[in-house]
Amino acid sequence: MRDFSRLYQELDQTTSTNLKVAAMVRYFSGAPAADAAWAVYFLSGRRMKRLIGPARLRQWLYDSVDLPDWLVDDTYASVGDLAETIALLTDAGRAAPADDRSLADWLETEILPLRGLDAEEQGERVKRWWATLDYEQCYLLNKLLTGALRVGVSRTLAARALAEAADLPRPVILHRLMGQWQPDAGSFERLMSPDDGEADVSRPYPFCLAAPLDGTHPSALPQAPADWQVEWKWDGIRAQLVRRAGRSFLWSRGEDLITERFPEVRDAAAALPDGTVLDGEILAWHADTGVMDFGALQRRIGRKRVGAKLLAEVPVVFLAYDLLERAGEDIRHRPLAGRRAALAGILPDGTGTLRLSPTLQAPDWGGYEALREESRERRVEGLMLKALASPYGTGRQRGLWWKWKVEPHTVDAVMVYAQPGHGRRASLYTDYTFAVWRGEHLVPIAKAYSGLDNAEIRELDRWIRRNTVERFGPVRSVRPKQVFEIAFEGINASRRHKSGVALRFPRIARWRRDLGVGDADDIESVRALVPS
Amino acid sequence: MLVSATDTGLACTAGGFHIDPWRPAETALITHAHADHARPGSQVYYAAAPGVGLLRRRLGADADIRPVDWGERLAFGETTVSFHPAGHVLGSAQIRIEGEEGVWVVSGDYKRDADPTCAPFEVVPCETFITEATFALPVYRWKPGHETAAEIHDWWQGNAASGRPSVLFCYALGKAQRVLAELATYTDERVFVHGAVDALVAVYREAGVAMLATEKVDLRRKGDYAGELIIAPPGAAGSAWMRRFRRASTGFCSGWMRIRGQRRRRGYDRGFVLSDHADWPSLLATIEETGASRVLATHGHTDALVRLLRERGVDAAALETLYDGSGDDQ
Repeated sequence: MRDFSRLYQELDQTTSTNLKVAAMVRYFSGAPAADAAWAVYFLSGRRMKRLIGPARLRQWLYDSVDLPDWLVDDTYASVGDLAETIALLTDAGRAAPADDRSLADWLETEILPLRGLDAEEQGERVKRWWATLDYEQCYLLNKLLTGALRVGVSRTLAARALAEAADLPRPVILHRLMGQWQPDAGSFERLMSPDDGEADVSRPYPFCLAAPLDGTHPSALPQAPADWQVEWKWDGIRAQLVRRAGRSFLWSRGEDLITERFPEVRDAAAALPDGTVLDGEILAWHADTGVMDFGALQRRIGRKRVGAKLLAEVPVVFLAYDLLERAGEDIRHRPLAGRRAALAGILPDGTGTLRLSPTLQAPDWGGYEALREESRERRVEGLMLKALASPYGTGRQRGLWWKWKVEPHTVDAVMVYAQPGHGRRASLYTDYTFAVWRGEHLVPIAKAYSGLDNAEIRELDRWIRRNTVERFGPVRSVRPKQVFEIAFEGINASRRHKSGVALRFPRIARWRRDLGVGDADDIESVRALVPS
Repeated sequence: MLVSATDTGLACTAGGFHIDPWRPAETALITHAHADHARPGSQVYYAAAPGVGLLRRRLGADADIRPVDWGERLAFGETTVSFHPAGHVLGSAQIRIEGEEGVWVVSGDYKRDADPTCAPFEVVPCETFITEATFALPVYRWKPGHETAAEIHDWWQGNAASGRPSVLFCYALGKAQRVLAELATYTDERVFVHGAVDALVAVYREAGVAMLATEKVDLRRKGDYAGELIIAPPGAAGSAWMRRFRRASTGFCSGWMRIRGQRRRRGYDRGFVLSDHADWPSLLATIEETGASRVLATHGHTDALVRLLRERGVDAAALETLYDGSGDDQ
């Protein structure tokens, strides 16, 4: 575990991409395959299920240190990270004999078996580890226990290091990293070998993502309108549907296997020819009224098993965008125009559960602009532009795939609560709640965490500390004084929210220092944005 | 109350003086030369003799500054006052006040760790102890300065091996000189310093503090700083001045670096835990060693310290001041 802990620190202690890659290459070139397999697991963004809850860890921490419980709590609130607080507080006078056991050994013979033990035995073991591991390993252990180990590298960057260490092209590594990853020596050896033999039948391809146009008008792009395949930008769950060896697998973009959550898609996929992989979007779709809002789809997302009632109320369809594999052959390198024609051959574009995403035709950009104006009433987020000549790339593609979203809605709202963030934002007030007027009162409508720069965050933090009205644990209510322009992508009616509305992707667009609280919007004007 | 907080600062009415006043006063007794403790405008200043050079730089040539020797007893009104080393920076003092209400000690900022650039902290027995509480939480616990200096040296040498400059941000008064003095154990290489650091290094050298040789970063020099260590104040981070150090690895020296998030959100590559303030064990030990029956805590995590002391039967309270405790550690 020491080597991995050192790698973790090296990655943590530099902001240079090249140095991060160099550190990973060093690690992957030297580590035993069983350890490297676990490292791949974590570096590719996979997370273990939480083994021990925070309440239990906190109790064991009370037991382990000679401090009043309230002081442990105050300290945790100030540090903002439980794993780190534990490592720091148990750091005093630790004997720290050398622990040379490997990462795989630690995970497989110590950490994972905790699951089968009763709480008392778990506590005994964990407290003993705290007393003996050095600071860095103790911190890492706690992160593993809480299932919250995040390493500051993207999967693409980890793949770059793996590709370098294995001397293979990065797209090959990225593809092999998709789907299920068994953290064992065999998996790592197959990952790094020139030919990985029989691939896992369930394995999806890396998703090709579009870049935002961000205010650029498409007429400024080098291609002409006729060079693009234009589609609606749907607001559902991006997914890949894999049909191989007589079986169907539905993968979300986060690489969760969600086949069983959408039985209608699973059943319809049985009709696909073997060796087919589709890229598309899962949408809640009513037979009479068409696409339903994202709130409806959300009711399906949370359910592992779906009852007949929910199936009837919120049926879904899989809207296919692209064909990645045909008759077992990877066709991602072929131009989109050809892939689309092949896709149309497989899917009758009718009214089934699997259907072709419609393309839009307009003579010029003005025509597309007019279509884009219809986005909100059609319950889509705007338009997608995909170059007809484009291959299906890995990751975000600038230049070939663009999303041309409608402008977000905005409201001016008053900050009413603030609480500290976590990690690098711990002990700074960075999580805010905003409210709009309902008569004489302010009613919260959104929480937002992003949109300010560092200088603004620090200034606001100081203001919050000086203008606290009440404290509720870590949350402070503040004097209603600061007004912000909040941008959001969509809005739904909601019975769960006091305001009666739920905003999609709220974020801070601007700090409106020029506005007084009286200038903030009221709830009626916000409700007027809810599509009927 | 022998000493109380007023609009002007900590006031001793019986003695007719203020300590580290934040507004101009007639008579100001100064614990040390950091900006939040030594402000201009008072008529007469008293300070420990070794700190007068630094104070002069802060207050200007015209300020009336009167040096006081360690332990020298001065009569102020109905009180007797003396200055005792606080171990924070060169010439930093605790101020002992003896009056009808017994003995009070105002700690100023202090630390207990060894520091080659200043006289070590002296325990001054008292009835009431006014202590700083900048790092009054149990996670704040320092390693000896020479161990942290070894980490800094290793980091510098590691960067040098790959041809990168190392830019270490430290507060210009105190921390920078301590690092330069501690590093002398490991090397005799010359270190580059920012202009703001350079001026204060000169004052330390005049006071006879031994440090590594330094060279001011030359504004004209376009040359390569590969492999060099550069010490700069935190304010220089992200400025145009930094552009000359291509591919630099950056580090920050502060007690706050004990917390990962504090380092991450400032965007430094490395954090080195080195503080000129008392850590948690030192705060508790010092309070006990003074024998004080009453403790007043200023700036920092006063809430936690006050509550803990009260639970232990000490008469403790927070004292509101305008010291931000960050002026020298941010």
